[in-house]
Amino acid sequence: MVYADFECPFCAALEVRLREQPLRVVFRHFPVRSSHPRAWPAARAAEAAGLQGRFWEMHDSLFGDQGRLEDPHLWERAERLGLDVARFDADRRSEAIEARIAADFRAGVRAGVATTPTLFGGGERHQGRIERAVLAQLANSR
Amino acid sequence: MSVIEAGQPAPEFSLARADGAPFTRADLEGRRTLLVFYPFAFSSVCTNQLSIYNELLADFAEHDLTLYGVSCDAVASQQAFKDQLGIEIEQLSDFEPKGATCRAFGVLHPGGFPQRALVLIGPEGVVEWSHEAASPGDLPGANLIFDALHAHTV
Repeated sequence: MVYADFECPFCAALEVRLREQPLRVVFRHFPVRSSHPRAWPAARAAEAAGLQGRFWEMHDSLFGDQGRLEDPHLWERAERLGLDVARFDADRRSEAIEARIAADFRAGVRAGVATTPTLFGGGERHQGRIERAVLAQLANSR
Repeated sequence: MSVIEAGQPAPEFSLARADGAPFTRADLEGRRTLLVFYPFAFSSVCTNQLSIYNELLADFAEHDLTLYGVSCDAVASQQAFKDQLGIEIEQLSDFEPKGATCRAFGVLHPGGFPQRALVLIGPEGVVEWSHEAASPGDLPGANLIFDALHAHTV
C-alpha cells in the first residue's frame, strides 16, 4: 500500500521502481498542499479518470510528467486517454472526489504516514527514498 | 539526556520569534502548545513532517492546540525554510545561546542540534506528553499528536 503525492519527485521515483517488481500495489492519495500546490488537482484528476475506468493510466501519466500539472495539461491528458473531458472536468471538482482524497489522507495520518512516499508492505513501513533491494525483497517474500 | 517527561513543569526558557521578540515559559500559560523540535532547516526528505502537520492545523485548532517549530537555526534560516515549505507554523529559534532551550527540554543531540521530538504542554505550563524519535531520520506521524490530545483533552 503506497501513500503518495503526485507532485513529489520521490514518489515518482518509487513508481518507476514499483513497475519493475511483480507487486500488487494499492494506491492511496497523500497530497501535501503546502509543499506541492498541484498535488490536490492532480489527485482529483486521477480520481476523475478513475470514474471513467482510467485511473492507472492517468496515475502513470501524472507521475510521468510532474512538471506539467496545470489545468490545460490535465485536460490534454484526459483527451489523450479518450475520456469525456467535460465529464472529467465536472467530476474532478466534485465534493465526492474531494471527500475520497481527504479520507485517504486521514487514513494515512492515522497509520503514521509522516512523509511521502510511504509504503506499507510485508508488515513494515518504508518511506522516502525506497531502495530497489527493499522492493525486490517484498516481491520475493510473498 | 532524554526528553522531558509528562508531569514535569516546563522549564524556564527563551526562544526568538521571527521578529526577534522572546518566546518564554510565560507564553505557554492559558493555552495548549506543541513544540516540534527538528534537527535542521532544509533537510533532505521531500515531504517534511512540518508540511504534514500544516495540513492538519484546522484539526489541531479544534483542540485549541498551537504548534511551533523549534530548531537551533538562526531566525533568518528558519524563515527561509518556512517560506520554502509554504507553511503557517510559526518558528522559534534556539540559536542564541545555542541549544539552551533544547538542553532545558532534554532534546539536545550531542552534535549541537535538536533531537526530533514533540513536547505537548498544557495551560498550566506542565508537560502533558512528550515523544523523542528513535533517530533523526524517524519522523513522528501526526497520529501521535492526536492520540496525545485525546488522552489529555477528554
